[in-house]
Amino acid sequence: MAWLRWIWRQLTSMRIALILLFLLALASVPGSLFPQRGTSPFKVSQYLRDHPFAGPILDKLSMFDVFASPWFAAIYLLLFISLAGCVLPRALEHAKEVFRKPPAAPRNLSRLPAHVQWISIVSAEQVVQTTAQEWKKSRWRVRAEGEWVAAEKGYSRETGNLFFHLSLLVVLVAVGFGGAVGFKGTVIVREGSGFANNVTQYDTFSPGRMFNLENLAPFSFKLKDFVAKYQIGGTQNGAAREFRADVAVRDVPTSAPRPVRIEVNEPLRIAGTTVYLVGHGYAPTFTLWDARGNLVWKDSAIFLPQDGNFTSTGVVKAPDTVPQIGLQGFFVPTVTTDFSGGPQSVFPDANNPQVFMSAWVGDLGLDNGIAQSVYKLETAKMTRIGIEELKPGESWKLPKGHGTLEFSGFKEWASFSITQDPGKGWALGASILAIIGLSLSLLIPRRRMWLRATPQDDGSTLFEVAGLSKTEAPGLLDQVSKFAERIQQHAPEVVDVD
Amino acid sequence: MSINESLAQGSNILIYGAMTAYTFAMGSFAISLAKGRRIESLEESATRVASTSPQVRKGATLTLNSPAVSTSLSNTDRLGEGRRSGNIGMSLTWLATFLLGGGLVFRGISANRLPWGNMYEFSIATAFSVSLAFCLMSLNRDLRWLGLFIVIPILLDLGVAITVLYTESAQLVPALDSYWLAIHVSAAIICMGAFTVGAALSALYLGAARVEERIADGQTPGRFGGLARRLPPSDRLDLMAYRIHAFMFPLWTFAVIAGAIWAEAAWGRYWGWDPKETWAFITWVIYAAYLHARATAGWRGRKAALVCLIGFGTIMFNYFIVNIYVNGLHSYSGVN
Repeated sequence: MAWLRWIWRQLTSMRIALILLFLLALASVPGSLFPQRGTSPFKVSQYLRDHPFAGPILDKLSMFDVFASPWFAAIYLLLFISLAGCVLPRALEHAKEVFRKPPAAPRNLSRLPAHVQWISIVSAEQVVQTTAQEWKKSRWRVRAEGEWVAAEKGYSRETGNLFFHLSLLVVLVAVGFGGAVGFKGTVIVREGSGFANNVTQYDTFSPGRMFNLENLAPFSFKLKDFVAKYQIGGTQNGAAREFRADVAVRDVPTSAPRPVRIEVNEPLRIAGTTVYLVGHGYAPTFTLWDARGNLVWKDSAIFLPQDGNFTSTGVVKAPDTVPQIGLQGFFVPTVTTDFSGGPQSVFPDANNPQVFMSAWVGDLGLDNGIAQSVYKLETAKMTRIGIEELKPGESWKLPKGHGTLEFSGFKEWASFSITQDPGKGWALGASILAIIGLSLSLLIPRRRMWLRATPQDDGSTLFEVAGLSKTEAPGLLDQVSKFAERIQQHAPEVVDVD
Repeated sequence: MSINESLAQGSNILIYGAMTAYTFAMGSFAISLAKGRRIESLEESATRVASTSPQVRKGATLTLNSPAVSTSLSNTDRLGEGRRSGNIGMSLTWLATFLLGGGLVFRGISANRLPWGNMYEFSIATAFSVSLAFCLMSLNRDLRWLGLFIVIPILLDLGVAITVLYTESAQLVPALDSYWLAIHVSAAIICMGAFTVGAALSALYLGAARVEERIADGQTPGRFGGLARRLPPSDRLDLMAYRIHAFMFPLWTFAVIAGAIWAEAAWGRYWGWDPKETWAFITWVIYAAYLHARATAGWRGRKAALVCLIGFGTIMFNYFIVNIYVNGLHSYSGVN
């Protein structure tokens, strides 16, 4: 039992708390230097590919999931245990102190850091009573007995301190709760298409551990129009200036649609769920006829942007032709005449759009049961029959009579991040409490003040005012002298006139 | 909305003007410091500080004990000699602050928005914040001895801003187009300004404390003796640094939380361990450690001051390294 107590005492000591704080800071550093799975999973796989030796070792050490790693959790859990072990006893102690009266005046007031004394012929009793009342009126906690008054102020400093630390515990719980009960999902929606809040409609969906499917609100929306505006000219040519998505929202399947504009800093908040506009791109519209002239594909294919000027890549798969046809290539919103580096866009807006497509025939590999990316063509069992560049409205007769491809134009798509985090209100409330508590605990001065009136042999009275600051706040001397001046109005100083 | 080029030009001219004024202020402060002498001799301070250093059991907290130093910081830190050049330095710093403020205002009006949308503007705003904090603090206490150590970082910051970080006045990217820019970024700018002053004080404290300790041990003052002779006693420096940090820590907390609220609206989560967020958190933890360290016997004094300098180091890292070299959502540096 002795060593348990020793561990507890160590854990709740300020020294260990300090060390844990440093460890927490230090442990966060790799999380900012290595790519993290939570935010950029692609960069993590890229890193693992580029560093075949160091990568797996770093991965074993959770360097790519720092903030979800056991050692990071160990540090903050220990820190919070330490915090609780330190704060809870202090809270009890403080509660007792609040109800206790201030300690009696020390015998020798002149030894305190701020001290004023004078002789007056006024009797002690009256002045002590008046002073006690006046101090009480200026919101000091006062205790007056016989010839002295003791007062204390600034209890809210410790109250604030405790509230701050307890609020941090609440924030931690709220973050954990929100993550466990909520979900996070993303979806790409083309202009003219819609989304219903249903797990099957998400492109990615990551529920918390305790997420309940029934918590998905039954809303839906249709993307009517997406607008992106860019800076034209200057050194910031092409920098984004405005994104907005105009959607028609139905709160429940039976309700009438209402128009909503979703912008970057203005998400759609609906039934505890929030819909954010996080990205956008182009979806060129193709029509494909097979060798016999049958329509086999007519849709806008989502192409993914590859650079800041939205040079985008994507594919079209036509599995119902014999042999199967696959098209892959580039959509370039503003094309240049310089092709030295391959097809590349020079501006993010679609000022002069063009596609560069290569056509493949053979086996798309869709039937072997292995999941395939919709943005990539498996060309292992296919042969390329040709490449062509097309402007909107142009058609391309595929070589060897495999069919015809028309590029008729494009739609824009917007990607949305949709989240539900029932803990965030709690986290916010606790954070606000934490700031208030912190401000009180650092800015409120805690002071003790005493008045002692000692009758002298000659019938006069020695008045002493002294103060003690329990913090490093300035102004103790000022306050003591101000209090002394105030008392001197009732008990004027006697000046010796010989 | 187009950019008013002549106002943007005017802003640049004002900023060059401010840099000129700061350069002359630096010279004046240097002369003032070279001539200046403190009232309390080094030997007196050494004895006093040594006798009042806390004799408290290791691990105990000091917050509820009476402070070991006098808590009054009123007009006692006189420089004596070298006052006139110190006054010139102060006047020039005021002038430079106004020029810099004018430069910021012009820049803002030229693009019709708040002038802190990229690193160049943020650096100018931070220099202004440091300068203004120093000027305001000098209103009710004599800070001529500190001037040199404030003007040097300001000049370095402005120098980096106009050479490396310079970005033409332009509109904001959509992600920054929010009223939270005014709240979150302003709070961060004010904190960076105040933490710079705090770090300067902590660094000076380390030098002065070392000299006093050497003298108390009967040694020669050593390398920093000449400097320490011209500064207030170490306990004063420590107290000033502490007060700035204690005052600013709640604001930094607010800046981080305001950032989280903004992130919730802009990025769909209030905290996502983006590199910039991570480093803001690290800074917060280090300054929290500083405040705890200063209240803990055995950590008070030099160790605490070191922690505070590490905290400032994390701010610098976040600003220069994370902004420019680490990819994250906060990539608004405007630097190519």
